[in-house]
This record gives sequence, C-alpha cells and structure tokens, in this order.
Amino acid sequence: MSSHLLSGLIVLPLIGSLFILMMKSDAAGLRNIRWIALFTTLATFILSMVAWNKFDPSSAAFQLVEESSWLSDKITFKLGVDGFSMPFILLTTFLMPFCIVASWVSVEKRVKEYMIAFLVLEALMIGVFAALDLVLFYLFFEAGLIPMFLIIGIWGGKRRIYASFKFFLYTLIGSLLMLIAIMAMYWTAGTTDIVALLKYKFPVEMQTWLWLAFFASFAVKMPMWPVHTWLPDAHVEAPTAGSVILAAILLKMGGYGFIRFSIPMLPDASVYFAPLVFAMSVIAIVYTSLVAMMQDDMKKLIAYSSVAHMGFVTMGLFTLTEQGIQGAMYQMISHGIVSGALFLSVGVVYDRMHTREIAAYGGLTQRMPLYAVAFMVFTMANVGLPGTSGFVGEFLTLLGAFRANTWVAFVATTGVILSACYALWLYARVMFGPLEKPSLKTISDLTPREIGLLAPLVVLTIYYGVQPGPILDVFAAPTSALLQQTQAALAAVKTAALAAH
Amino acid sequence: MPNALASFPDLAPALPELLLAITALVLVLIGAFRGEQSTGAVTGVAFVALVGAVILVVLQPSATAVTFNGAFVVDAFARFMKIAAIIGGATVLLMAGSYFQRIGESRFEFPILVVTSTLGIMMMISASDLIALYLGLELSSLSLYVIAAIDRDNTRATEAGLKYFVLGALSSGMLLYGASLVYGFTGSVGFAQISGALKGQGSTGVIFGLAFILAGLSFKVSAVPFHMWTPDVYEGAPTPVTAFFAGAPKIAAMALLVRIVMQAFPSITAQWQQIIVFVAIASMGLGAFAAIGQANLKRLLAYSSIGHMGYALVGLSAGSSNGVAGVAIYMAIYLVTTLGVFACLLAMRTKDGYVEKIDDLAGLGRTNPGMAFALAMLMFSLAGIPPLAGFFAKWYVFVAAVEAKLYALAVIGVLTSAVGAFYYLRVVKVMYFDESKESFEPMGGILQGVIGVSAIFTLFFWLYPAPLVSAASAAAKSLF
Repeated sequence: MSSHLLSGLIVLPLIGSLFILMMKSDAAGLRNIRWIALFTTLATFILSMVAWNKFDPSSAAFQLVEESSWLSDKITFKLGVDGFSMPFILLTTFLMPFCIVASWVSVEKRVKEYMIAFLVLEALMIGVFAALDLVLFYLFFEAGLIPMFLIIGIWGGKRRIYASFKFFLYTLIGSLLMLIAIMAMYWTAGTTDIVALLKYKFPVEMQTWLWLAFFASFAVKMPMWPVHTWLPDAHVEAPTAGSVILAAILLKMGGYGFIRFSIPMLPDASVYFAPLVFAMSVIAIVYTSLVAMMQDDMKKLIAYSSVAHMGFVTMGLFTLTEQGIQGAMYQMISHGIVSGALFLSVGVVYDRMHTREIAAYGGLTQRMPLYAVAFMVFTMANVGLPGTSGFVGEFLTLLGAFRANTWVAFVATTGVILSACYALWLYARVMFGPLEKPSLKTISDLTPREIGLLAPLVVLTIYYGVQPGPILDVFAAPTSALLQQTQAALAAVKTAALAAH
Repeated sequence: MPNALASFPDLAPALPELLLAITALVLVLIGAFRGEQSTGAVTGVAFVALVGAVILVVLQPSATAVTFNGAFVVDAFARFMKIAAIIGGATVLLMAGSYFQRIGESRFEFPILVVTSTLGIMMMISASDLIALYLGLELSSLSLYVIAAIDRDNTRATEAGLKYFVLGALSSGMLLYGASLVYGFTGSVGFAQISGALKGQGSTGVIFGLAFILAGLSFKVSAVPFHMWTPDVYEGAPTPVTAFFAGAPKIAAMALLVRIVMQAFPSITAQWQQIIVFVAIASMGLGAFAAIGQANLKRLLAYSSIGHMGYALVGLSAGSSNGVAGVAIYMAIYLVTTLGVFACLLAMRTKDGYVEKIDDLAGLGRTNPGMAFALAMLMFSLAGIPPLAGFFAKWYVFVAAVEAKLYALAVIGVLTSAVGAFYYLRVVKVMYFDESKESFEPMGGILQGVIGVSAIFTLFFWLYPAPLVSAASAAAKSLF
C-alpha cells in the first residue's frame, strides 16, 4: 500500500490558500484570512509529524514513497523521503506558523495575497525536498521563485524591485544550466528517477560537466562566494517572514542539492572539484565575515553571516567524511532555526522603530530585558557557542575538514573568531550602552504574541545544543550509504596521490 | 469513362477545407448583397464554419490519407497542427467583434478574410508538394495583407499592411525561386519524390534552393534575420488582427517548415540543420535582447514571438521524432498562452479607448486582481518558469536538442530565456509593484472566457500533460 502522506503535505497548504482566496478583504475577512493561514500551517506541521512518526530513521532507504504516471513512463510523479530530506520537511512545516504569526500585524496591505503566496511557497518547498524525480524536483525548485519574487517585490522595502529582480534572475540563470544537465542525464541514464540515478554510474568525463551545471545552480542558491551578492539585497528588502523563509529554507535547497545530487550521483567529479569548493567556502567564511562586521544594517549583517555559515556547510559536505557531512546537515538545520529566529528578532524592533540601522539603537537592555535575553541566545548560537545548536554543526564540519585538509580547517576556524566579532559587536551596539535616543525611551518589551514566537525557538536552540543526538541519528544511515558510494572515487584519488609521492 | 472517374481526386480528406471554401464564397455573396449590417451574421456563420472544420478534422480517420495526386496529405501531424490553427482563428474571430464595433470599423470582410486565410493555412499544413505549398501560402498571405490594413483610415494600420505586403511579396518570391531551383535540380515537385531524387547528397543547386525556401518560410514564422516586419506590423495592425497573426499563420508556417525539411530533405539533414540552428540562435538572441527596451506591449509581444519561434526551431534542429513532437507541443502551448495575452490586451480599455503601453497596466494587481493574476501567470509561462505550461514547451524542445547532442544550442537557448525572463518580469512588476493608475473598463464575457481558459490551461497543464504530449508524439511519428 502506498501512502499519500507526502502528497497530502503538498496539497494541504494549497487547500488552505484556496479557502483564503474565497475570503472577502473586509475587517472580518482579514481576521479569518490570518487564522486560516495559521491553522493551515499548523495542520501541515501536525501532518508532517504524522509522517515523521511513520518514518524509520535507522534505514537509509527512501520511505513513504508514492508514484503516479506523469510526463512519460520514465518521468513520473514520484515522492519519497530519507534521512536527508525528512528533517528539511519538518523544518519547513515547523517554521511556517512562525512566519504567519510574525506577519500578523506587520503586514497590512494585501493580506490575502500575502498569505496565499506564503502557503503556495510552503507547498513548493515541501515538494522540493520530497521529490524523487529530477524533473519534478526542478519543477518545485524553480516554481518557488514566483511567490518569493512577489513577496519581495510587493511587501518589500525601498529597493524591493531591484532586489526582487536580482533574486529572480540570479537564481534562474543558475538553475537553467542545471536543467540542461538534467536533460543530459535523462538521455544517458534513460530515466530521471532519483532512486535509479543514485545507482547509475555516469562516465567520468561527463560527470565533470554535469557537476559544473549542478554547481551553477546550487552555488547561487546556497549562496557561495562570489555569487552571493543577491542574498544581502533580497534579505534586506524582504519582509520579516520572507527573510526567515529565505534564510531558513530556500538557502538549504542548495545544500540539499549537493547532498542529494552532486555528491552521490557524481562522486568522481565531486572528489575532483572538492579543492575548488574548499577554496570558495573558506573565502566565503573569512571574507563575508569581515564584510558582515562593517554593515550598518542589521538584516544585511545577518545575511552576510548566513553566507559565512553556508561556507561551513559546503566545506563540510565536500570533505566527504562522516563528521563533515553530518556536521553540514546539522549546521543547515541549526542555521534554519537560528537565522530564522534572528530575522524574527530584527523584525520585532523593526515593527516598533521602522528602521534596521544599527546606529538607531542602543541600550535596549534597559527597556526590553526579555528581548535582550532571546536575542542573546540567538547571537550566541550564531557565534557557535558550545551549548547552543550552532556549535555542534560548526565543530563537526571543522573536524571533518581537519581530516580532509588541515589548512582548510585552519583558515575556516578563524571564521569562528570573526563570527564572534561581528555578532557580539552587533549585540553590544544594539543592546548595551546608554539609552540616549529619544525615540527609544518609550520602546516596549515583547508582547505575548512575540514571546510565543521567540520562546519555542530559544528552547530548541538550547535543546539541540546539548542534545544533538536525535537529529544526528537521522542523518547517520543515509550518510554511511552516501560515503559508501563516494568511497571508490576517494580511494582512486588517494592511490593517485600516494603514487605521486 | 472509368479513366475520368479514376482520375477524379478523393475529396473526403479535404472535407474541412471544402467546408471553409464554400462558406467563404457564400459569405462573400451575403456580405455583398446585405452590406455592413450583415457583419454580425457573417461573423457568426464564419465562427460556426470554423468550429465545424475543427470537428471534421477531429473526426477524420487516424490513418494517413493522400489525395490530389499526392499534393495533399492528411496525417496525424497535419490534423494536430490544423486543430491548433483553426482554434487560433476561431478564438480571434470571437474576440474581434466587439473591438471593431468600438472603433467603428465593423466590416463583414474581416470574418471572411479570416476564413480564407485559415483555409490557406490548412492547405499549407497539408501541402505535400511545392505547388500546393505555394498555393496555400499565397491564399493565406494575401488574406493577411488585407486584414493587416483593414482599419483603412488609420495610417499606422495601412502602413503596417503595406509593409507586410511588400516584404511578404519579396519572401514569397524567394520561396518560389527556391522551389524552382529544387524542381530544376531534382525534376519533381512532390516532397517524397524530391527526397528520392536526392539520395544522400544534394547538388549545390538543390542546397541553394533549400536555402531560399528556408528563407521564405523564415519570413513567415518571423525568424531572424527575416523578422523585420514583425514589430511594425504587430504594433500597427488592429489588436485582434495582431492576435491572429501571432497564432494561426505561424503554426502553419512552422508546420510547413517541419514537413518540408523532414519529408523532402531528410537526406541532407546536415545542410538544413546548420541553417536552422543559426536561425534559432539568432531569433532567441534577438527576441531576448530587443524586447528589453520596448514600452509598447504589442511591440514587446512581437519580439517575444520572434524569440519563441527560435525556441520552437530548437526542436526542429534536432531533426528527430522527439524534436518534431517538441515543436508541435511548443506551438500548441504558445498558441494558448498568446491568445490569453492578447485577450488581456483587448481588455485594456479606458474611458478614452484602447491602450497598449506596458505602463498602462500599472497597479492592475489592485484594480483588477483576476486579470492581473492571469496575465502574470501567462507572462511567467512565456518566460518558461515551471510549473506553468511554457516550461514544458521549452522542456520538450530542449530535451530533443540535448538528445541530438546540440549542447551549445541548448545552453545558448536557456541563457537567452533567462534574459527574456527580465522583460516578462517587468510586466509583472508594473502590475503588482507599481502604484495604480486609472482602472480599465469592465471587459466582456468572451474576453473573460478566453483569459480564464488560457490561464487555467497554463496553470494546470503540469497536472495532466498526457493528452497533449501523446497527441504530439503521435503527430511527430506520422512524419517518419
């Protein structure tokens, strides 16, 4: 019996958006729209927990698989999850209610379209992680651009049009090259079924080209230095909830792409290009950390820090060691929670002051003690302080990098120090010091809604910092399966290196 | 006596064409006797005749039928393209009535000319020798020249018509010259006989002839470097006429192009392939870059259609069954999308009359959310963003190009489509991100229907693509 849980997860937000479509935009209608959106996202989260319950984390196989005919007998509508994709689906469904609540009062115009865009985006994001067919994956991967383009462009800040175009076109160009690679894989392997492709061995020569095409897409999405410039713009201009989704989930699609396609399907090319990825990751870690330090816009600072943290992820993935890959996965999940929480925190003060300039704040601890505590936890997690979820991922990726290449690990570690510099300095400038600015004298602390928004994230950040086991166990089985596939390629390189000695 | 009977052609395969021919003749008489007041009735009858023709084409037996001594062929490919072309013509007829009434140019000639043009289009699609090809092409083209200038008191429209006529006559001449060269060097006009005479190598004369024929047909599909007429004619002609130009004639010319290279010149694939590859790349590139600076929606659509013909030609340049199926799917999806876009264009009417600037759409997301959403989806579809139908159109042509190992063509193609995405996005941006201007007058039920059907098709094609895809691959197989 094939279950329809995953297609249910995709369809449920769409049903919610249909209900919203039928609502009127008067005062009562607007209230209903917000509640329907919240209920839909909560229901989707509960359904994803049901899926999680049926999921067996000890197996590396794809589970909850469902398949129906689609474009041809070789290109089917196939969904399924394994230990790599399930956590991302849970992350998506978990964060969506937060996005809805965060937009509860701050979004005033075109609430109806806003909620519909978010629910459609949720469906598409779940689809990306659940797709077990390359064409279907591409469909969801690209389709997500449309609602995000509208979210940035309609509800964004001053330079929203520039940011939305840049976001759309950057990502589109990268993805289109991947599309050609997908077609080439289709004709070579005769199928786009991901399960079959994972077993298929592509010729080494072809792998190089395919890898580069996939890399073009995922590196932009990730984003890696030097194609990261769309991210700060998009983050700064997007509304709070848009930034949360962008940082927490959309960026992870790049990392997910590497771990799902590039590394297992093209192992030889991955080994061959690993030094390139290391170089780009290390530059991202150091360079964007330095850039982050010099920002005077809070959101931009966090955006650059996201690029740096994604550098740890790519570095960890391409070490092709157990620690590196598990650490990268953990870093992605943790970053999803922490960066989402940081953007929500910025949204809290932005809603009050309508500015994100760091210089406009100072001494907030005196008026907003609760907020200061929450922000402190997220800042520490962003720095990677032991005891927060940020530490585990960074530590593991560095451990993996150390095994693969000591110099890479050495330079990357300086990034940890730099992240402490910019994050703590941000905290000091916003929270500490005298409360001098007249506009801040009357600022109020967290409302109950905002406490409800941030408290669960504080708890999770600390809980997963001291108890990383439950999440790491989920990655364990697929990681060892992945490493088995890349082992042959690695061994070939090692013998070549030994011979060179 | 038995001899005379035997030489009398079988009329059954040409029944839809006969229906349209007789209808056109009868309507001319009615129009001539009753004058302008008969326009409504003539339009109605013409529409019914077109619908009747679609039904007749659908009911035709699935086996390939050849008649008129091999000049006229009805196979699955011809039926697919004919259905698409007639739907294009009939929809335009439906949308045009209120437009011409509003601008005070309600003429009975318009529906008749649409019918004769559609008749020529159907003959082009079924043409299986060079003479039938030319007859069909001229019948449709001559009707189109007149239609382009039907708003005869409008200088822009007359200029468009004249421009189209002069350049069209030139291209017809080139085509005819090419056809005569091919006839001279192979000794026959039938596609199958030409293919038989070539036997793997073409003499220089045949290749010259091929180049001239391809140039003439490139003009009709408005592919670079024979595209110059397109922006001016698109802009100058009345909007329903432009909508007609964008659909049916291009489908016919594309079908003809596919049939002639596949059936008459399959043995010199390498020769025509390089021409088609060049034309495809040039069209995609020009369509993408030249449209960026346009402020007029109709000019933008003209460049967009040049680009789209380039994408369709990518499928043809693969020269395979999959490629031809890709072309068929591309044209069908392009037709539906374009009709929807032009219906939106026809709905852009303020108190002072019709407007066609992109900036006139400002704030449509607020003033008319339904139309804005539909147009936005159509724009994303033209840009080829999944899950909209336009993505699948591109998927099928590019997948055929990759199968034929035309990697450079495929990469250039997808990169130009990213450039093209910019100006489609600009339309969406104007509708949703800009402050609203004055809202449009309410549109009629017909336009609502066309926009709705087109948007629903575009939006939900991915859920059930099988019918169109299998029909197109059956159509492609019938050519091989």
